[in-house]
Amino acid sequence: MEKDSDKIWCFVLPVLVAIFVIRVLYVLYWTGKPIGSSKTHSLRTLIVLGSGGHTAEMLSIMNVLQNDIYTPRFYVAAATDNMSLKKARVLEESLMQQGENSGRKMIEAAQFVQIYRSREVGQSYITSVGTTLIAMAHALWLTLKIRPQVIICNGPGTCIPLCASAFLFKLLGLGWSHIFYVESIARVRKLSLSGLLLYKLLLADQFYVQWPQLQKKFPRAHYVGCLM
Amino acid sequence: MDGAENGEHSRKMVFVTVGTTCFDALVKAVDSQQVREQLSRKGYTDLLIQMGRGSYMPSKVSGEDEPLTVDYFTFSPSIADYLKSASLIISHAGSGSIFETLCLGKPLIVVVNEELMDNHQSELAEELAERKHLFYARPQTLHQTIQDMSPESLIPYSPGNPMPVVRLMNKFLGFPTD
Repeated sequence: MEKDSDKIWCFVLPVLVAIFVIRVLYVLYWTGKPIGSSKTHSLRTLIVLGSGGHTAEMLSIMNVLQNDIYTPRFYVAAATDNMSLKKARVLEESLMQQGENSGRKMIEAAQFVQIYRSREVGQSYITSVGTTLIAMAHALWLTLKIRPQVIICNGPGTCIPLCASAFLFKLLGLGWSHIFYVESIARVRKLSLSGLLLYKLLLADQFYVQWPQLQKKFPRAHYVGCLM
Repeated sequence: MDGAENGEHSRKMVFVTVGTTCFDALVKAVDSQQVREQLSRKGYTDLLIQMGRGSYMPSKVSGEDEPLTVDYFTFSPSIADYLKSASLIISHAGSGSIFETLCLGKPLIVVVNEELMDNHQSELAEELAERKHLFYARPQTLHQTIQDMSPESLIPYSPGNPMPVVRLMNKFLGFPTD
């Protein structure tokens, strides 16, 4: 009996591994492939905010992004960062006043969510293992709840667990998110750790940099000039 | 026009900002005798320091006859008004305050915090200094930078544009780009 089950596993395991590898390759192949013409009218959009300069850059994009396409919008910021979501709320309110939509509609169109941060500035690497696991679990939960079709991020560490969850959902066939990554304007010669991870692991559909020097080093990136 | 120009006897304010960081080396540097002397020699009359989380307290100086008055505070919800009324800004290297200042067209000296572990911030300040949009200094060389600088030599910064990103995203997702 034991030998039989061993034999079965000898057959099943390679098949499972092969299916998994093929699925990973399939997802990576379709990541970064533009959509010819869109079938949907609106896209559930997740926007990852970071502190200070990161948020200012992201909000400059949100200020000109078409409200009617990228809707509803879910703004995510670290639980310890109380300024970023406030600024996003101010922007959304001003966008709604420009349009004819009422305040009630804004609550449906834009939501503001906090996420656990995997590592605070200065936290030791040992304790950050535990907090990273919590952050990852929280990111998976948010991805499950929000089911983003578009993720826009520009560098804060909080975008990594969210992009990883989105990739996992793609692998499992639970949903498909297009990831757009804009490297922060502060990065002139080197990518941030988040940027490097997303670039090397091919997780971002499109990768933007704001300085020509960086585009030369990372040729798959698009040079978009300065946002600020 | 310029807020500082409207003030009595054309006062010229220098605004120092460290953002949300702790940057005692910069606060100490602007509080030093050398830097204060250079500032008043250059015609500046007021020095206002936003000192953030730092523990070093600058010495306050007030009075009509003083060549340079000095005042400080820790935080403010918005520094926009201070930036607008200042004639010179001395800032930490955070991209937020750099671009807020540049877009107002104010002369700017960026001082890099060499004590930060991951000092990627100097990249941005160096690049913008090479493009002559700002002056770049270290806490120890700040007095020298103030002595040598001529704000007229700076090239005005033209604000950036988020549209290229939006166009590329729309194109990728199959929406009309305009």
